[in-house]
Amino acid sequence: MSAPWTLDGFEAVIGLEVHAELQTRSKIFCGCSATFGADPNTNVCPVCLGMPGVLPVLNRRVVEFAIRAGLATNCSIAPRSRFARKNYFYPDLPKGYQISMYEAPICVGGWLDLVVEDTPRRIGLTRIHMEEDTGKNIHDAHASGSLVDFNRSTVPLLEIVSEPDMRNPAEAGAYLRTLRSILQYLEICDGNMEEGSFRCDANVSVRPLGATTLGTKVEIKNMNSFRNVERAIAYELTRQVRATQTREAIVQETRLWDVDREETRSMRSKESAHDYRYFPEPDLQPLVIDAAWVDDIRAAMPELPEARCARFVRDHGLSVYDADVLTQRKDVADYFEAGIVAGASPKELANWITTELLRIVREQKLDEQLVIREWPLTPVQLARLSRLVEQGTVNRNTAKKLIPRLLGTGVDPETLVASEGLGQVSDRGALEQAVADVIARNPDQVAQFRAGKDKVLGFLVGQIMKATGGKANPQLVGELLRSALAG
Amino acid sequence: MSALHDLTARDAAARVRRREVSATELTRAALSRITAVEPQVGAILTICEREALAAAEIIDRRVAAGEDPGLLAGVPVGLKDNICTAGIRTTASSRILEAFVPPYDATVAARLQQAGAVLVGKLNCDEFAMGSSTENAALGVTRNPWDPERVAGGSSGGSAAAVAAREVHASLGSDTGGSIRLPASFCGVVGMKPTYGRVSRYGVIAFASSLDQVGPLARDVGDAALVLQAIAGHDPADGTSSQRPVPSYVAALEGGVRGLRLGLPREYFVEGMQPDVEASVRAAVRTLEAQGATVEPVSLPHTEYAIATYYLITSAEASSNLARYDGVRYGLRAAGGGTLAEMYERSRAAGFGPEVKRRIMLGTYALSAGYYDAYYLKAQQVRTLIRRDFEQAFAHVDALIAPVAPSTAFRLGERVDDPLTMYLSDILTISLNLAGLPGISLPCGLDAAGLPIGLQLIGKAFDEATLLRIAAAYEAASDWTARSPIP
Repeated sequence: MSAPWTLDGFEAVIGLEVHAELQTRSKIFCGCSATFGADPNTNVCPVCLGMPGVLPVLNRRVVEFAIRAGLATNCSIAPRSRFARKNYFYPDLPKGYQISMYEAPICVGGWLDLVVEDTPRRIGLTRIHMEEDTGKNIHDAHASGSLVDFNRSTVPLLEIVSEPDMRNPAEAGAYLRTLRSILQYLEICDGNMEEGSFRCDANVSVRPLGATTLGTKVEIKNMNSFRNVERAIAYELTRQVRATQTREAIVQETRLWDVDREETRSMRSKESAHDYRYFPEPDLQPLVIDAAWVDDIRAAMPELPEARCARFVRDHGLSVYDADVLTQRKDVADYFEAGIVAGASPKELANWITTELLRIVREQKLDEQLVIREWPLTPVQLARLSRLVEQGTVNRNTAKKLIPRLLGTGVDPETLVASEGLGQVSDRGALEQAVADVIARNPDQVAQFRAGKDKVLGFLVGQIMKATGGKANPQLVGELLRSALAG
Repeated sequence: MSALHDLTARDAAARVRRREVSATELTRAALSRITAVEPQVGAILTICEREALAAAEIIDRRVAAGEDPGLLAGVPVGLKDNICTAGIRTTASSRILEAFVPPYDATVAARLQQAGAVLVGKLNCDEFAMGSSTENAALGVTRNPWDPERVAGGSSGGSAAAVAAREVHASLGSDTGGSIRLPASFCGVVGMKPTYGRVSRYGVIAFASSLDQVGPLARDVGDAALVLQAIAGHDPADGTSSQRPVPSYVAALEGGVRGLRLGLPREYFVEGMQPDVEASVRAAVRTLEAQGATVEPVSLPHTEYAIATYYLITSAEASSNLARYDGVRYGLRAAGGGTLAEMYERSRAAGFGPEVKRRIMLGTYALSAGYYDAYYLKAQQVRTLIRRDFEQAFAHVDALIAPVAPSTAFRLGERVDDPLTMYLSDILTISLNLAGLPGISLPCGLDAAGLPIGLQLIGKAFDEATLLRIAAAYEAASDWTARSPIP
């Protein structure tokens, strides 16, 4: 186990609640599009606006996604579950209640295996349930009042609740990264924290080391990145220990993370908390799930990141670090394997992907997509480029410089190299001539080198590369230069 | 030949299809009947003259083109005003929806239209269908066509009175605890509450979602069967609607009662029952026996808990269903600025009547933290016992036979200040709503004051056909249906 967080004899107890917005085409209880970013109140109908007399009809695809998530996190799938109404008034909640699940969730009792600082950890999952999202209040668009956009109303969410099993902020971060990666592998959630499609609330308490009972928990909201989650938890843990030490009572409350001031602030206490008056949703029948359906879904599950990472280490000889980077996203791992099929060597291709491809993906914000289908550089292109370097046809620098010219073209790098004469110069005779010219033109530097200033060698290599238009084989140049200077 | 407004729905439709009369003539006849008698009845909140004449013209054109416009070709009908109609205001008899015009049709409204019916009016009822006399109606008073000083019953009082007064040939009401059967009984018409799930609830403004059910009110059993035929059947927009195939209700009318076993629930002949009500019902039982049915006593031992159970469950569901009327998106919003909470409070205070407020408070209380188990949960358990009572009775008999109400129509204002006595009006009707079973009310006599008495038949789930068959046999052997109180 990674080192638990401790402070003055207290330890941390952390549980997380994740809300993952599901990437179904339509909403959970009506046929409206669930896509993000449409003009306000255009993806709406009487059902998701909560008009009089309308009724919800459950989207079967959402149930399938919930089952996938449950199977991937080792949960049992309840043969019979039930939606419930969570009642409260707010303008973004058109019916005055949210349809959620309460006493009878669809998935219960799973776990997630993490690697934190190279050590494995198992975190329990209490439950996963389905619910509908709310609309969004907009307060600054209109001078005389607030507006509400209901596009997001009734978009499907999974709420994934962990056991209070985490003992330091880094574990919380690792749990979220692992969970997000799994949901992305399942192609059910894009995991975008900034846009709110993957949201996290943390339940945090402290207790004396060795205690088995739980301390008073505080819920933290408003953390929109993994880094913020870890920092908010760390701040809150310290605050609670200090409060305990000064005999200040810790109250059960909800606190908001203020990212600018880097502190948590009280939002509402338990006393002022809502009584949600949960009761079974009478407009929806109890959800009965056929075991055969669960079996079908299980049979169609993709290989998950943990298994794929282990396979990459085993079959492709990659380091655990590289394999982990490559398998965090399913599309990247698929890309890697397509490149291997196209003939690249695993280590070389892994380098190109982790250094070059993923940088471009981030720059072009392609990582915001659930699945990248249109790559700027195809796996075949990158595999060919990687092979050209391995075979010594071009040097690494030339190859890197070619990438911007290949983006979005689909052009075979070999064709580009041939047509532009960019092939690496490994002709010993031609390079010997270039070496001799550079030595002749730079007598001062030659003298310095011979006086023991080794650093000058780099300058001389640079001059030779320049003279050959960057195409010279750098190893051969170094070798020839040393022997010429020694002679 | 009798006046057009006196025709049964099936006779009117048959004549339209035979081109003996046009839909436009029928519609004009209904509109002029409305003009003549509406001042003394007050059944209609919105008369849809323009829309009705336009719809009738379309039917006439279809008939002229040789098409069959459906079972109810050209028949003028009315809908309880909790049934949404696209482009026609739908108020649920509440100030809060006084100006609400839905952009969508309830499924039952669309199905009637598809069957060729012509909507001529939206009919008065108790606010949000909460009541037994149509006196909890914010937008008008409905009087019993048999005696203008008496109530029409409720909550579908307008639906019963309009049929009894021959303003429409048939209508739809909704029945949560007797709201079709009680006014049908008070107004001397036939009213049927189908099995829960037999008729779509989509677009019917919800009172208590797990009990609400739409059904026909008609001048005789044959018309009730015809209208039920037009509206029954699975609706993909209602997750609680049944997939079971719909039998031919019209064909079911022919069977007779020979060999059928009828149960007489001893708990339904309550102390304090009006003597001529009991006498008429017992006479009806003898009539059916004479037709070849056998009659035996049965017991429904949990009947005494039905009213408490009913008010806990329906009020709990209503408190949640009515949360959407918050002044944010549609309906009444109280004038003046103030905070969000003030807007909610003032809009709801001004928009809801006293009975609706009473039930919202009762239901909110029953669902509150700390009370849920003692009230809502307990009520659900008793509901199961009540359902079992019926299952046990139906192991021996094909249908139950009972009065609809302990008395005939009471005087306007007599019970408005005494909600408990008002609630007792439903004592013989609510149990079957809790069990989800079908029931029918049909006239079986007149009391000493000349007011109609209703006979109630209760059937097995989805066995509307047997109820219609018994009702038709009784109707054929008696002389109580199709009487008009207003010449």
